[in-house]
Amino acid sequence: MTLARRIIPCLDVREGRVVKGTRFRDHRDMGDIVELAERYAREGADELVFYDITASPEGRGVDVDWVERVARAIDIPFCVAGGIRSVDTARAVLHAGADKVSVNTPATQRPALVGELADAFGVQCVVVGVDSLRDADGQWRIRQFTGSPEATRALPTTTLDWVREVVGLGAGEVVLNCMGSDGVRDGYDVEQLTAVRSLCPVPLVASGGAGAPQHFVDVFREADVDGALAATVFHDGSIPIPSLKRTLADAGIEVRS
Amino acid sequence: MRVALVDGGGTNIGSVSYALERLGATSRLTADPADILAADRVILPGVGAAGAGMRRLRELGLVDTLAQVQAPLLGVCLGMQLLFERSAEDGGVATLGLVPGEVVGIPGGQGVRVPHMGWNALTGLADDPLLAGIEDGDRAYFVHSYAAAPSAHTLARTVHGEPWTAVVRSGLRWGAQFHPERSASVGARLLRNFLVEVDR
Repeated sequence: MTLARRIIPCLDVREGRVVKGTRFRDHRDMGDIVELAERYAREGADELVFYDITASPEGRGVDVDWVERVARAIDIPFCVAGGIRSVDTARAVLHAGADKVSVNTPATQRPALVGELADAFGVQCVVVGVDSLRDADGQWRIRQFTGSPEATRALPTTTLDWVREVVGLGAGEVVLNCMGSDGVRDGYDVEQLTAVRSLCPVPLVASGGAGAPQHFVDVFREADVDGALAATVFHDGSIPIPSLKRTLADAGIEVRS
Repeated sequence: MRVALVDGGGTNIGSVSYALERLGATSRLTADPADILAADRVILPGVGAAGAGMRRLRELGLVDTLAQVQAPLLGVCLGMQLLFERSAEDGGVATLGLVPGEVVGIPGGQGVRVPHMGWNALTGLADDPLLAGIEDGDRAYFVHSYAAAPSAHTLARTVHGEPWTAVVRSGLRWGAQFHPERSASVGARLLRNFLVEVDR
């Protein structure tokens, strides 16, 4: 037995509540953050990601009260994303009990942030989220400000170059969000993840496209990722985590049961 | 029971104290030598790098204090690594020397990602009160880039490319390379054992 592949539900947080909807509009309240976190922990999630959607677009820092409430309640690791732009914000979030912080757009604006976080807290606390889309010329390139379609900006940096760069700067984990497959529920972007995997020596987490248990089997088997992140299929109950774990185990994939 | 949580500046201090709270135990976060020496249990948490961790313990004047602790002592993650004699991190650092052995970088390779991050199996479990109720193959949450090779002091191993020490003991000093505070029921059991089983 060796290291298990991780199943990671992602929860959007707004003002301390879990919400669902398009990132900026029509938020539907999904419930209390602690109750949902406890439920996922109980069901066998290996880790949780909380994406603070209030913090990021509004330029606010993360409200650490809910981070502390989650840290008190659950006994599995969790990562906080959204709104982390400095070593000081990251410190507040980590001291409140988060195990990792994830940076995305702020790292594209100022890549040195990744190294500053790694120096301050160690690479194991530093996750870099990468939003990536294939352009017309066939190259995958990164995007920033992806919270809303109007704000999203394409950058000239290719995804492969960016992953190499952030790993060199001190990213201890990379979450690759494949925007082309995100929300489509037609499977992870195995081709892109495989390409990134081949040059990524740190843990790699797949994001975007989960719609069926077989998609998880495929992404672990074919792209050799360390974890798979999903939101909708877990929140709407269409893929219960215990049965997903059984499907993966039956397919010969190492999981924590 | 007085549980002293040594304030070595690591970011997992809150998480460890919450895990103890979930077990109904209260702990005192302290860097005061008298507090630490008066405690019934001492926990040295830690996240970060060995160089900064040792510097902080020296600045606080806690290096000798930790050597004087007679009560059961538990190092967690970096806290466990600091119990050894030496770490290769930060170009080589002399550490507390309370447990024989040294800490080296985990070599990465095909299929072996560094940091070692996630739920790995505990194997080769020794019969020890700290591991009461924990079974071979149970998984715990690891996140680290440095580790100690297995030795006569190893109580449990985990395999990441090669076998590594997951739990270690020398006298009344124990260490867990994984994070019991984030290892679900397995971690809770280990912490509970540390509070109630180890000095029976």
